[in-house]
Amino acid sequence: MAYVLHTDDDVRAMLDTVGIHSIDELFEVIPPEFRLNRPLQVPEALGELALTSHLAGLAERNQGVDSRPCFLGAGCYDHFIPAVVDQLSMRGEFYTAYTPYQPEASQGTLQAVFEYQTLIAQLTEMDVSNASLYDGGSAVAEAVLMAMTVGDRHGRVVMAGTVHPEHRQIVKTYLANLSPEIVTVPAKDGRVRASDLAQALNDETACAVLQYPNVFGELEEVEDLVKAAHDRGALAVVSVDPISLGLLRRPGSYGADIVVAEGQPLGNYLAYGGPYLGIMACREKFVRKMPGRLVGQTTDHNGKRCWVLTLQTREQHIRREKATSNICTNQGLLALRASIYLAVMGPSGLRQAAELSTRKAHYAAERLASVPGLSLAFEGPFFKEFVVRSAQDPRMVLAEVGRLGFHGGIALAELGLGPEDGILVAVTEKRTRAEIDSLVEAYRQALMKHQ
Amino acid sequence: MNDSARTDFIRECRPERLIPLEQDPGQTAIGPLPQPRSRFMYKLNPPALLFETSRAGRRTEILPPSDVPSRPLDELVPAGHLAAGPPPLPELGELDVVRHYVNLSTLNMSIDSNFYPLGSCTMKYNPKRNERIAAMPGIAGLHPYQEESTLQGMLRLLFEMQEYLAEIAGLHAVSLQPAAGAQGELTALFTAAAYFRSKGERERRTKVLIPDSAHGTNPASAHLAGFETVTIKSDARGLVDYADLVNKLGDDTAVFMITNPNTVGLFDPQIGAIAQELHDRGALLYLDGANMNAILGVVRPGDMGVDLMHYNPHKTFSGPHGGGGPGAGPIAVRDFLAPFLPSPLVGKRPDGTFFLDHDRPQSIGRVRAFFGNVGVLVRAYAYIRSQGPDGLKAIARNAVLNANYLMTKVKDKYPVPHGERCMHEFVASARTLARDRGIRAMDIGKRLIDYGFHAPTVYFPLIVSEALMIEPTESESRETLDAFAHALLAIADEPEDLLHKAPISTPINRADEVKAAKQPVLKWRPA
Repeated sequence: MAYVLHTDDDVRAMLDTVGIHSIDELFEVIPPEFRLNRPLQVPEALGELALTSHLAGLAERNQGVDSRPCFLGAGCYDHFIPAVVDQLSMRGEFYTAYTPYQPEASQGTLQAVFEYQTLIAQLTEMDVSNASLYDGGSAVAEAVLMAMTVGDRHGRVVMAGTVHPEHRQIVKTYLANLSPEIVTVPAKDGRVRASDLAQALNDETACAVLQYPNVFGELEEVEDLVKAAHDRGALAVVSVDPISLGLLRRPGSYGADIVVAEGQPLGNYLAYGGPYLGIMACREKFVRKMPGRLVGQTTDHNGKRCWVLTLQTREQHIRREKATSNICTNQGLLALRASIYLAVMGPSGLRQAAELSTRKAHYAAERLASVPGLSLAFEGPFFKEFVVRSAQDPRMVLAEVGRLGFHGGIALAELGLGPEDGILVAVTEKRTRAEIDSLVEAYRQALMKHQ
Repeated sequence: MNDSARTDFIRECRPERLIPLEQDPGQTAIGPLPQPRSRFMYKLNPPALLFETSRAGRRTEILPPSDVPSRPLDELVPAGHLAAGPPPLPELGELDVVRHYVNLSTLNMSIDSNFYPLGSCTMKYNPKRNERIAAMPGIAGLHPYQEESTLQGMLRLLFEMQEYLAEIAGLHAVSLQPAAGAQGELTALFTAAAYFRSKGERERRTKVLIPDSAHGTNPASAHLAGFETVTIKSDARGLVDYADLVNKLGDDTAVFMITNPNTVGLFDPQIGAIAQELHDRGALLYLDGANMNAILGVVRPGDMGVDLMHYNPHKTFSGPHGGGGPGAGPIAVRDFLAPFLPSPLVGKRPDGTFFLDHDRPQSIGRVRAFFGNVGVLVRAYAYIRSQGPDGLKAIARNAVLNANYLMTKVKDKYPVPHGERCMHEFVASARTLARDRGIRAMDIGKRLIDYGFHAPTVYFPLIVSEALMIEPTESESRETLDAFAHALLAIADEPEDLLHKAPISTPINRADEVKAAKQPVLKWRPA
């Protein structure tokens, strides 16, 4: 059996010490009628070589971003991951430690989390970041719950219709058994209007949830939207793309109260959707209502600077049903990777990633719009992602683009979004001009084929 | 710290009463005494913060110049959307970053470097083969919105994982979506709420019953799901107080959340009767699967009457704990609850292809974006495939053997209030040491660090005073268990002032947690 070190002699000696004759005796407490009297029906054990071959066989039946240039986005992106991120995050001392309950034996993790909190605060221009949540989507839901507590408003939550539809679904699931109604403000031309948002807000509204850049890649007039929320005493929850913050205005500068983000683009693999990184940052005055772990600076008994888990009276293991959230295990490893990514990219590297993404996306948009049968859906400004409308059925077109060797885009209908004929295309710094030109050619052929 | 200060510091940390490093007590009945460390294991000073190392203008070249036609940036993005400059991140070279994190890592204890008997967390060995598998481009490089035809290998893996988890649970349907155990609990309670709503009973079933020995996540999840929590007492044996449960059970009960084996490490044999009571009242029995490591292949929750449960695959089926995560929290449910599970599930067509099944009108919706914590599930899948049916059962048997062996060795000095025998973990109490000599559970945990062992979970569960919750897992050898037992016994005889000061070998001494909470400093600020 893999990973058990005992020899037969060990087991005998241990049974002697316990004073029993067989391991079975240790399970006698389990009523016999419940015991499983057959082997579990799972496949027989594989050694490392056979296991590796089996999984390699499954992996070969997938075509990932390494085998086809990827123009897919909608919340997670094929950005470049520097080698140091893998090398450093896989140090066993980080990789196989757990939540740093014992600060004296965990200063490595604690300092790394403190640095993560600082990096996220710098990135978002917010006062405080927590140590991470599960993913960008559940972070939106946690932000909504937090906003309800902060403002003690439980009547309504207003969501921009340009927030990722899965994130909106999560909020709906989380609120299904609680009091607030959810009002969704529909998008017009790929953006939400401040006047429409203002109409949806009332005096019982806990928060307005915005996304910038939004799910279509469009840049909302976010400052106006935040102001509309504040005018009715609601908090502004803003979901951002962390890479965009290398270039775009930072949420603290336009008045966001709670900022959340999907942190996958910061040095984390796509991995078919997870594990990812839920980023959350907020204003200092809300910190005691914040969900998740926090690391704080203090001193040891000799006066030496050090770090500990702090404000734990917010958390489930102390407060139980009165906790700000039920979160326990978080995404520590992904947060570490994000920190290493930000450290090695630095301000200029992050700026470069953002700028290259936006330049290439604009180049791709312009070229795709020149393909007969394709046109840009919206006129507003965008960051690294945009919508083209297709004269042919988007699913057919994308299937053909796929056959030609590209992950060419996402049919908006697949996300439950309109327009029906829309295709969402994302471009990161990894895509070369040659790949973009080839993609354009693939779309041209696909549209001709289905004419 | 200069050399003489360092010498002074080390001298201060080595009171004469410490067992001298050179002393070798040799082989005894309980094995050799590990040597407590009286000097720093590691570098004397933690590295400076990234921000303190930053030098303006220093950078690492990673990305290429633009290869598309150059245009002024504000022609692409209107100036009103652009920040005045990039965020004020630290400016570092690659070696700065490498040395920083390598040195930081050495300040941690971890499974790879130390025995880590953190009760309830199942800190078992994290197999390296699974890491290489999870990093394969055909696994790590998949975008969640790829076309189904490009994902058949992954979908097959996830479909099989649903089947394995259903089989191990003895239940019928599985959602892999929840991102951690706590989110699994929450999702299961959402599922239960939707089920009762479908029967028109949600309005009256307002209560979730939870034992006082439960993990804190249970009541927190129940509250988040809109239920009122009712605490059920533990009896003198450390099991569910059956009379209290029956007394509090009513037509307003939605769910009883049991952890079995429970947090004191005992299997509650009343579970069959408990399930019967609940089902007679139309309520559901939920199992917190944190302790599945004890019963894999031995007994299945569904066979005991459990209706729904979550797994912690990162514990039970190994995974990188990463200083706090990631985890995953798949849930398994009985057939009548399956329609309410989150969407999507992975389905299999008659032609053998796999697909994401979104056509589930009664589903609670989503608790997380995309499919789930797939990377964690892939490792768990690899672990299950490595073990096979016999291996899984052997895990439970050896985990339980290890815990009983360790308990037998230490219980004379650290009484175990509940149970002659235990399952995968046991909860010892330091209350006599606390009463007689003022030595607290925390002191013992901290001192263990000097012996090279991570501390057990302390002060949990709440029903045991001065609790030391010890879970050795099946990974550990007899020699390691002997060494740990010997250290625990030796510590009980060590001087009080040393124990109050411990650990003395670590990069820092005891941290002032009160100060941290009183004036929170949650990020670095420029001086």
